[in-house]
Parts: sequence; C-alpha cells; structure tokens
Amino acid sequence: MGLGAYIAVSAILFTLGLVTIAARRNILYVLFGIEMILNAANINFVAFNRFNGDGMDGRMFAIFVIILAAAEAAVALAIVLNVYQLFSTTKPSDVDLLRE
Amino acid sequence: MLDQQKVFYGILGLAVLATLGWGMSTAGPAGLAFAGAASFTIGGALMCLWERSIVRSAFSLMATFCGVGVLFILLGADFVGMAQILIYVGGILALLLFGVMLSPPDMTERKLVRVGGGLLTMGLGVAWVAGKVAATVKWAALPIDQLPEPKSHAEEIGVAFIHPEQYVVPFELAAVLLTVALVAAVYIARRKMSDFVPEVASQQENA
Repeated sequence: MGLGAYIAVSAILFTLGLVTIAARRNILYVLFGIEMILNAANINFVAFNRFNGDGMDGRMFAIFVIILAAAEAAVALAIVLNVYQLFSTTKPSDVDLLRE
Repeated sequence: MLDQQKVFYGILGLAVLATLGWGMSTAGPAGLAFAGAASFTIGGALMCLWERSIVRSAFSLMATFCGVGVLFILLGADFVGMAQILIYVGGILALLLFGVMLSPPDMTERKLVRVGGGLLTMGLGVAWVAGKVAATVKWAALPIDQLPEPKSHAEEIGVAFIHPEQYVVPFELAAVLLTVALVAAVYIARRKMSDFVPEVASQQENA
C-alpha cells in the first residue's frame, strides 16, 4: 500500500475525531476525540518515516506523542473528576462559574 | 420505520466488506491486511461517534487503537505498534473507562437531519485535510518505487533513547513530565479529608 492510502486513513480519523469533539455534549467525548486526533497524527509520522528513507525520527516522534497522550489522559481525567465533584455534570456547557 | 441501529451496523458491515475486497484486489494479502486494519480504525471511530451509550463508545475506541497499532506494524514500526497497543489499550482506555462511570448514557433520539449534516461536514473536512496534505507533500521526491524492506528498529530505538547525541534529553524530559503530570493528577483528583470525616470539616470551619 502506498503513502496515499495511509494519509487517507489518517485524514478520515482526524476528521472523525474533530466531529466527535464538536458533535457530542459530554466532556468524555472530547477526550475520545483528542485521542483519535493524536492517533491520526501518529499514523502520519510513522507513514512518512517509512516512505522517506526508513530512518528513525518519525518513530521516535510517535513514541513521544504516545507518552504525552498518556500524561494528558491522566490529567484530563483528574480534571473531569474534579469538575464532576464541583458541578455534578459532565456537560462542558454547564461549567460556567465565571459567567455572571 | 427501520431501526437506526440496524441500518448503521448494516452499512458499516457492507463498507468493511467492500474495503476488504478492494484491498485484496489491488495488492493481494498485504492489501487485505491494510484494508482490515484501516476498516478497524475507521469503523471503531465511526462507532464511537454514533453510539448513544458511552460504554460502547469507549470500547469501540479499542478497535481504533488496535487498528492503528496494526497499521504501525504494517509500516515496519513494530516497536511503536506494540507500545501503541500496550499504552493505549492497556492504559489510556482503562483510564477513560473510569471517567465513563461518571456519566449516564445519552438516550435521546438521533435527529436524521443532524446525522446528514454531520456526514456532509465530515466529507468536506476529509476532502480539505487530504487536499492540504496532498498539496504539501513533494510526491516526486519520495522513493515510493524502491522501498527498502521493513526491518525491526527496536534495538536502535533502545540505544537512541540513552545515546547522548540522540534522544537522551527528550527521554529525560518525558520522564520528568510523566512524574509531574501523574503526581499532579493524583493531587487534583483526591478527595479532601473533610469529605470523609465530618468532625474535621466542622473543625476547619471553626478555625
């Protein structure tokens, strides 16, 4: 399979992640969408690495992105737990403490 | 009135079969493997977007993450593929499932107008992203015809992480970042003592 096929998969996954963030009314779906977007970026890194001389830089970037995603998921979940304790909801639009 | 759920999964199944057939006919077994991984990836993401029950959405992400891992392995990045499956499916997905316990399933009806609008937006978005990428990539400079055989880089990656001239600084930074992020996550998410012991709460109020 050529580079184009991988880019197509990555583009579709990226857009699905974006639509998931925009369309669902729940903080957790925002997290799901972010994971999809990070995965799409990773596919691009590894695919370009493979089709551009098979070096190692793209893979290392992908590994660091995975590490960052793990840290991001942990912190985001802690924030969601806290928001739930404060507001008893997981809808992003209900969290409006600063709005008068 | 047809059940929306059945229609969605019927169309999804047909699309997966069509993709598998397309992969088999264009590139043989390698194409079949790619088509399988790609349809797992995109089918899982579609299901996550479609499902009303958040538990099903979370578990359908497992298909997405595994599919992406298989795509990495097909690209010759076996170490990254295994790390993807271990960290995403074993770690991040389990973490997200904790959050799922907070929210009730969304049982409202789907509005077909909104589904159609979403599909249209998605089509336009995919076209735009793919067009941008296609316009940016210098296709002529890529050695697509004489690809080297994929080889395992696991040893090289291990050395590169600790080699002073390669990735030791990002590696240590990642270690520090993980420590800080995880300690901070525990600190933010912990319950205060006063949530458990009423006397402590009244003492704090008096003080």
